[in-house]
Amino acid sequence: MVTLSEKILGAQAGTYIDRIVDKAFCHDGTGIQAKIIYDAMGAPGIRKPDAIYIIYDHIAPANNSQTAELQAELRTLARIYQVRFWDIGSGICHQVMAEGQVQPGEVVIGADSHSCTLGALGAFATGVGASDMAGIWVSGETWLRVPDSIGIHLSGTLNTGVEWKDAALSYVAGLGMDGATYAALEFTGESAASVPMEGRLTLCNMAVEAGAKTGLFYADKETERYLAEFSVPCTVQEPDNPTYVQEYDIELADLEPVCAVPHRVDTIRPVSDLAGTHLDQVFIGTCTNGRFEDLARAARILKGHRVQVRTIVVPASERDYLQAITSGVAADLVQAGCTIGPPGCGPCLGAHMGVLGEGEVALSTANRNFKNRMGVGASYYLCSPATAAASALHGEITDPREVI
Amino acid sequence: MTALKGSGPAVCIGDDIDTDLIIAGRYLRTKDWKIWAEHIFEDLDPGLAGRLPGAVLVAGKNMGCGSSREQAARALQVAGVRAVIAPSFARIFFRNCINVGLPALECDITGCTDGMIISFDCIGGWVEVDGKRHIFRPLSPRMQEILESGGMIEYWKRRLLR
Repeated sequence: MVTLSEKILGAQAGTYIDRIVDKAFCHDGTGIQAKIIYDAMGAPGIRKPDAIYIIYDHIAPANNSQTAELQAELRTLARIYQVRFWDIGSGICHQVMAEGQVQPGEVVIGADSHSCTLGALGAFATGVGASDMAGIWVSGETWLRVPDSIGIHLSGTLNTGVEWKDAALSYVAGLGMDGATYAALEFTGESAASVPMEGRLTLCNMAVEAGAKTGLFYADKETERYLAEFSVPCTVQEPDNPTYVQEYDIELADLEPVCAVPHRVDTIRPVSDLAGTHLDQVFIGTCTNGRFEDLARAARILKGHRVQVRTIVVPASERDYLQAITSGVAADLVQAGCTIGPPGCGPCLGAHMGVLGEGEVALSTANRNFKNRMGVGASYYLCSPATAAASALHGEITDPREVI
Repeated sequence: MTALKGSGPAVCIGDDIDTDLIIAGRYLRTKDWKIWAEHIFEDLDPGLAGRLPGAVLVAGKNMGCGSSREQAARALQVAGVRAVIAPSFARIFFRNCINVGLPALECDITGCTDGMIISFDCIGGWVEVDGKRHIFRPLSPRMQEILESGGMIEYWKRRLLR
């Protein structure tokens, strides 16, 4: 029977369709490139400005005058065409969109590879480049190939100290960096209902690291609960005995804290094997793990202690930042010696605010550890917020189960 | 300018080449496309850039994985690459290549080595290397239309005029 992707897109896997895009978003980086293409098309007008979002997160605030000038140009476009615009400090595009802008069943296209994050809400969400985004600006639609789906079946419960990020790294390693190319991942199984929204966002975020077009959860009671916080209506989706081209089982109780080691996302090792690895920097944040719940878990480990290595914390959004402030989490992090950056991508893409030097080693809660990405000649490991916090306390990779 | 047919010497690279390796994040914030061509593959092999003009890039599996940055596809085009051939592509990079008007041909030509002359024909749907013809996976009708237009800019200019 049909998969969630087939249901939302209204066609069978393998079919090519032209589809009205319900929401389309880009950021300061891809937005300016989309504007260049749009201008080259003759600036023919933006078809559905209400459905177009521009969200500044990648180099926010600007790191130099050239970036500032490009950002000013895109701000002007946003004002002229009255598209939906979020300036610096609002947060990472995927998180901003997740906070009340997207409903289950919608088709959401983002000019960023991690746009698959929004599948956590039961939307069909995927990434494109700048020209595709410019095409959506002028037409309100795009073409898509309805993907085959891989069923990721979740069972059991996570043990203490093991987080959704560990589950995400594990499935990426299990499938491989191209194991799901052109396909969608559907997260189902007896434990799917018990995955909180923050965990769903983390799991779907990393779908592209296995090459997937998107990752999806069926909208259920948890989706309803989460969207009610933003007064967004939620139509529950039921699996209809979907046909998968591949099945992949994750027994959550079997997982342990892991790190992706330099420089491949699909190469993981148990944290316990890496214990003692010296660190020059720890980074907690990104669209994978910069949400309030991630910060709160890190703060629980750090509270009352002092980090032994420079530690950068970047909330995923203004809302996450405010929650961290009002709950006392931000104070705990600062008292522990963490440096808190403005909501956005932080040093993830190696452009500003925490770029690494040659030979330095870092631990990061991000989703990519490609060679040289966060600093030329540096190496970095990917992990959960709990592993990052435990490691920050010791200045070396540390199993979070030792400190919880 | 998109050439739908052509030939050139192969420049071979490995599997899982990510878009950060094609063009690093530190060079992205500019409107000057030539900068990307100058720094292309800098973190993979700085010697590659000089061999790209007129070449056919032959990559391993999962070519162009990672970031959605269209600058990666544009950099290859501006550097003078005539076509990219790989047994599999990361989907966003694949779309980006076609959208900038750079032929991306999904085809396994294992055994091809640096310098071998490769011919390709995007209308006929084939790649020829060492006297052997390979059929690449056909583009969707829409992608074929975009490529034949020379990329997204020309495609939408024409479509909006209709």
